[in-house]
Amino acid sequence: MALDGQKTAYKYIGTTPNRPDGLDKVTGRARYGADISVPGMLHGAVVRSPHAHAKIVKIDATKALAMEGVKAVITRADFPEGLEGEDWDLQENCMAGEKALYDGHAVAAVAATTPLLARDAAKAIEVTYEILPHVTDVDEAMKEGAPVIREGAADFSVPEGMHPNVVRYFDSGRGDLDKGFAEADLIIERSFTTEAAHQGYIEPHACLGQMGADGRGELWVCTQGHWFMRRMSTAVLGIETTNIRVTPSEIGGGFGGKTTIFIEPLSLALSRKAGGKPVKMVMSRNEVLRATGPTASASMDVKMGMTKDGRITAAHGTFRMQGGAFAGAPVDVTTMLAFANYDIEHVHHIGYDVITNRPRQAAYRAPGAPMAAFATESVIDELCRELGLDPIDTRLKNAAKEGTRATFGPKYGPIGFVETLEAAKAHPNYSEPLGPNQGRGVASGYWMNWGGETSASVAISEDGSVTVSVGTPDIGGSRASMALMAAEAFGIPYENVRVNISDTGALGVNEPTHGSRATYASGLATIRAAEECIGKMCKRAADKWGIDPEAVVWEDGCAKPSGPNAGEFPPMTIAEIAGEMGGTGGPISGHYEDSPAGFSGSFGTHVVDVEVDPETGRTTILRYLVVQDAGKAIHPAYVEGQFQGGAAQGIGWALNEEYVYGPDGRLQNPVFLDYRVPVASDLPMIDTVIVEVPNPGHPYGVRGVGETGITPPLPAVANAVRDATGKRICKLPLRPSRVLAAIQGKEV
Amino acid sequence: MAELHLWSGLRALADGKEMVEIEGATVGQVLDGLVAAYPGLEPALKRGVSVAVDGQIVPNSRNHPVKPDSEIFLLQKLAGG
Repeated sequence: MALDGQKTAYKYIGTTPNRPDGLDKVTGRARYGADISVPGMLHGAVVRSPHAHAKIVKIDATKALAMEGVKAVITRADFPEGLEGEDWDLQENCMAGEKALYDGHAVAAVAATTPLLARDAAKAIEVTYEILPHVTDVDEAMKEGAPVIREGAADFSVPEGMHPNVVRYFDSGRGDLDKGFAEADLIIERSFTTEAAHQGYIEPHACLGQMGADGRGELWVCTQGHWFMRRMSTAVLGIETTNIRVTPSEIGGGFGGKTTIFIEPLSLALSRKAGGKPVKMVMSRNEVLRATGPTASASMDVKMGMTKDGRITAAHGTFRMQGGAFAGAPVDVTTMLAFANYDIEHVHHIGYDVITNRPRQAAYRAPGAPMAAFATESVIDELCRELGLDPIDTRLKNAAKEGTRATFGPKYGPIGFVETLEAAKAHPNYSEPLGPNQGRGVASGYWMNWGGETSASVAISEDGSVTVSVGTPDIGGSRASMALMAAEAFGIPYENVRVNISDTGALGVNEPTHGSRATYASGLATIRAAEECIGKMCKRAADKWGIDPEAVVWEDGCAKPSGPNAGEFPPMTIAEIAGEMGGTGGPISGHYEDSPAGFSGSFGTHVVDVEVDPETGRTTILRYLVVQDAGKAIHPAYVEGQFQGGAAQGIGWALNEEYVYGPDGRLQNPVFLDYRVPVASDLPMIDTVIVEVPNPGHPYGVRGVGETGITPPLPAVANAVRDATGKRICKLPLRPSRVLAAIQGKEV
Repeated sequence: MAELHLWSGLRALADGKEMVEIEGATVGQVLDGLVAAYPGLEPALKRGVSVAVDGQIVPNSRNHPVKPDSEIFLLQKLAGG
């Protein structure tokens, strides 16, 4: 598809060079959060509540402070009072106030000269608790008589008469549901649950904070977004934003979980109290799982109607989600996207955000969308089975396309859902014969993506190479993508571009690498900043040739006269212009900042084949296909990596991963041995097909691709297990015991 | 005047209307006009919304232009992982 003003022929875009940070990462030279050390630093440790819900009666740090080498202890009393809204939530989550709200909630922190001493000192801090009744299940938390987590937490949207644990309410839709369901030949209604799943990043949270006597400080930290980190940390500490400079380390995964704060303000507060000594803090895996946000768990009822020929006539969904002890479960997005794949006239969504005694949820790859997809795509699968319809043909019949009014309101622009379905149907995986106890599942998903505040700079070096500075940490290969886009814009080799992730002192505000926005938004800013440089270099050439700048064009890394009328001059390369720039007007650089609104969503369709052991209930993934619209794949290998990573995480969520709470409200599986993420030996090579329907809101047509991939796997795997076993299981995960019980006809 | 559509949870705060007509040359002016006409909507807007203008979602863009025949939808505040 050629779009007005959009480039369609590329020299560098679409190639797959090695990532510029690759050597550092495979040789151990790359510095992650825990790799930062400075002379004289202290080590921090956190005292965490062992109770799910308890009043903090007393904190006695006398014994800890008497230990040689212990330099500071902080509690909530060391934080400012009077915060409101989101800032109060952040502060309360980083350090409990009157009550501990979940197992693992921080209640105090200590800084000492060694990590071991800090941990021993934390154990020596005596906390007196008054244990309170707790609730960790979303449905239980909404019932009359359930323990109240916090009075007055509900906002304006919650109808009267609801339990105080219901803190936000969402209601959206259009059309006439009664009319729509009356047009259906078959109506299916099911109830579903999904458990909380953690982002499972390999690198635990780690930081090094220092606050000087002048009230200014530094923070080195593993984060997806250092401007978010700066804003949030300074807000909970009551200091001015620019008094802290935040430098991001390399990052070993985030998936949304590193877009907020946990230990970082504690390190700054400990440093302030310890006379300005830097304080390093590194979470254990136990702390990561108990105290940093997993995603929300969900309880859902979905009802859909369909005609005999496969047209969806109406859809209704009720979605209840708990996101821990604070408002913020992503049920707002769930309600928006539950049926967004399809063109449905009569549709209605209801959502409840419920608080419980669990850790505060954090964003996790397409937050809110996978749960909804599990429910809606499972019901569509049931409708297709009952009516004898092909699941891909049925989705094609109802697929949203350009001009379709989305179920959340506005009309879609150019989108590639139909193309993903057609490519999935044409793929050999879809016609591969299946054996005994094997089944095939199909599901689709959508993520709408994001633009966000973005600032980037490009500078020309004296030898004609180029430095790109962006503010979005490189999680999935974005340095390579930025370098490719800069190389394309300038017409210079990829190797001549270096991409830096700048600290908060070097650029304007940047939102994190989240919302599938980095390649889109920082890429767009890089291209625009490069174009500013090119304009300046054309002028330098024009000045030298004594012609108008408008008579100069930029091609293949050179300024050239635009035609015979402009005069006969040999092209000036970027290196020639750069070599003279000190004497022709000074350094050449470009800058761009925006909150770009031209992002566009990405649809995906997955096809999975499974084999279920009828004796154990164990599910093995035989084949897995991801088809997704990337708009334009800047670096196809990293696009495929995003597709595969999303699928792998979704498979884990579908089959194994869950937060298991005991009757005492304590997390039972806070280690990776018991919280089972898929490893390489669990999965086959995940096949991919990149669909490219260009996004008109980006110069090269880019769509974000990071999040859509985790949306279809939950229903795709469940649909395949249904195909293999004949049993529809409406609860995730599909752990062997649950699948075996279903096979044996027991209630699951 | 631009047509501004409200999700159903907001309609009770706007006299039950699904669509209201608001004058304004920018998103900011339209949102200000909406709150002036229906003050009950202010908490919802303060909590954060996204705005779609003629199919394009324009978060954080109060200065985004609005045409007299624009179709505007208020959407839930967006986020991402």
